[in-house]
Amino acid sequence: MTMTTTNDLIATAPARRRFGGGDLAGLAVILLVAVLGYFLFPNNLALLTRIIAAALLVLSLDLVTGYCGVATLGHAALFGAGAYAAGIASAHYGINDPLAMLAFGIVAGAVAGLICGFVILRAHGLPQLVLSIALIHLFHEFANKASSWTGGSDGLSGIAPTALLGLYEFDLWGRTAYVFGVALLAVVFVLLRLIVRSPFGMLCRGIKEDPVRVRSMGASPKIALTKMYVISGAVAGVGGALNAISTQVVGLDSLSFTMSAESLVMLVLGGTGSLFGALTGTVVFMFFEDVVSAANPFHWLTMVGALLIAVVLFAPKGIYGTAAAFVARRKEAQ
Amino acid sequence: MQPIFEVRNLKRAFGGLAVTNDVSLSMAPGDRVALIGPNGAGKTTFVNLVTGNLKPDSGEVRIGGEAVTGVDAIGRVRRGLVRSFQVTRLFADMTPAEHVALAVLQRSGRAGRLFGNFLGMPDVMAEVEELLGKLGLKELMHRKVSEIAYGQQRLLEIAVALALKPRVLLLDEPAAGVPQSDTGRIEQALADLPADLAVLMIEHDMDLVFRFAKRVVVLAAGAIIFDGSPSDVTKDPRVREAYLGSYANASHAA
Ligand SMILES: Nc1ncnc2c1ncn2[C@@H]1O[C@H](COP(=O)(O)OP(=O)(O)O)[C@@H](O)[C@H]1O
Ligand SMILES: [Mg+2]
Repeated sequence: MTMTTTNDLIATAPARRRFGGGDLAGLAVILLVAVLGYFLFPNNLALLTRIIAAALLVLSLDLVTGYCGVATLGHAALFGAGAYAAGIASAHYGINDPLAMLAFGIVAGAVAGLICGFVILRAHGLPQLVLSIALIHLFHEFANKASSWTGGSDGLSGIAPTALLGLYEFDLWGRTAYVFGVALLAVVFVLLRLIVRSPFGMLCRGIKEDPVRVRSMGASPKIALTKMYVISGAVAGVGGALNAISTQVVGLDSLSFTMSAESLVMLVLGGTGSLFGALTGTVVFMFFEDVVSAANPFHWLTMVGALLIAVVLFAPKGIYGTAAAFVARRKEAQ
Repeated sequence: MQPIFEVRNLKRAFGGLAVTNDVSLSMAPGDRVALIGPNGAGKTTFVNLVTGNLKPDSGEVRIGGEAVTGVDAIGRVRRGLVRSFQVTRLFADMTPAEHVALAVLQRSGRAGRLFGNFLGMPDVMAEVEELLGKLGLKELMHRKVSEIAYGQQRLLEIAVALALKPRVLLLDEPAAGVPQSDTGRIEQALADLPADLAVLMIEHDMDLVFRFAKRVVVLAAGAIIFDGSPSDVTKDPRVREAYLGSYANASHAA
């Protein structure tokens, strides 16, 4: 953990910002954790894959909320759009190649991102939050009503992905799905690292701090944020497609307010505005949820609540953000 | 010379109070104009109207002969009308290098690029270093803006504006809040502005105004009451009255 934070800090320290080093270290940490997970929880790979899918959603949320300052409680709309698109492609159109399903998920996520961005970016602050809530309810209701396509409240079944690359069947233990998920996460992570520090990423950070200033530099915050929403939708779409492919069902919960809110909780838990924050928050939340709900099915929500309050009060930058700031201070003190 | 910047009969009222009252003004390339006037005269409002940050009730703004009254703030910047802010508006978490780089990238149509980093773009870095070097900010270029002194932030405001390569530059009190010891640097920066740039500077420091401007415009209660040479401005009875009036009000209030 210490190693992660140090590397990430070095990578983001402006004077030393370079390609390669920090990205490779970050990627190495992700892969290391993934390998560890594989050997530590060989019977629980389905959970780990679910964590990866959620991590993709939280990363996607981080792009618009953490990096651009957009307030949203409806982000699962993008994830659900990806999940349903991948699922419907398979269940209704016989498009069972997992990579093709993935492509459907990405495109649908991006389109949902465009739609949500178009609506949500018309407002700011609380009205923006309300619009996002309205949107997720509309998406949810639409999926519920279009039951001949989505299976409605029964969920969409009949999803039957064929072997990955024609070689690796999606086995009962979820090994293929897990490796597929890890590979997707790794690719997305590297791409997002590039985007976050690109000129566009810098523009978005500027917009988050002061859109009026950005306008008086001749750049359009609305166009930039819409573009970020589309990218964010594509990332959430990857997560949704992964979920559809690995679980072979898609339920209305993947398009729910609850899921949207939980993804925001995970992001805040880990720390907004950093890719590692998003990943840390997801892993901690999902593990905590799984472990605590198994140990005490009646009070696990209480404990999740307590954890969240503790983090918000004592580590307002989130678990990762606070750890990173701590390491940075230690380095400066030396 | 053909004016690069023209304002005709600009009007704006806030709740019945005419804050900009039929203001007309034009500037040619290379002009150095100081816009002065008592506090609350409507100077910042004038800048906001001209840049498109505020909508006028009536009147017209032209840049390079083109009417831009219907063009938004972004479009006016792209046509070469750039401003700085009276109260520094910078991105606290970003570095001076990032500020200037963002402006350079935006100007050259690369601010939307999804890959690469300005540190690895030699042409951008060359411009960043040159501009920040000129303003004495090169040593601080990789510090966060929140960690540098206010005077340096004011200089960075100017650097960002210049990085956009404006044709018309509106500086809203560039030296406001800067300690006396640092105003020299700002004055130097003003003296070094590109010769063909039309500059309108709002400023209270009269020494700075007299050294900088070849023409002074006085705004009082939203209207231009004087437009002429610096040597005449202090002799003008209406200007004296406007300033005396505001001092009288100030002392009355106090
Ligand atoms: N958005 C606004 N709404 C109402 N009144 C305003 C607004 N902006 C400025 N004013 C008023 O307009 C007058 C001129 O303000 P301003 O342009 O900031 O003056 P200056 O920059 O010359 O000191 C002031 O009386 C101010 O209170
Ligand atoms: Mg003012």
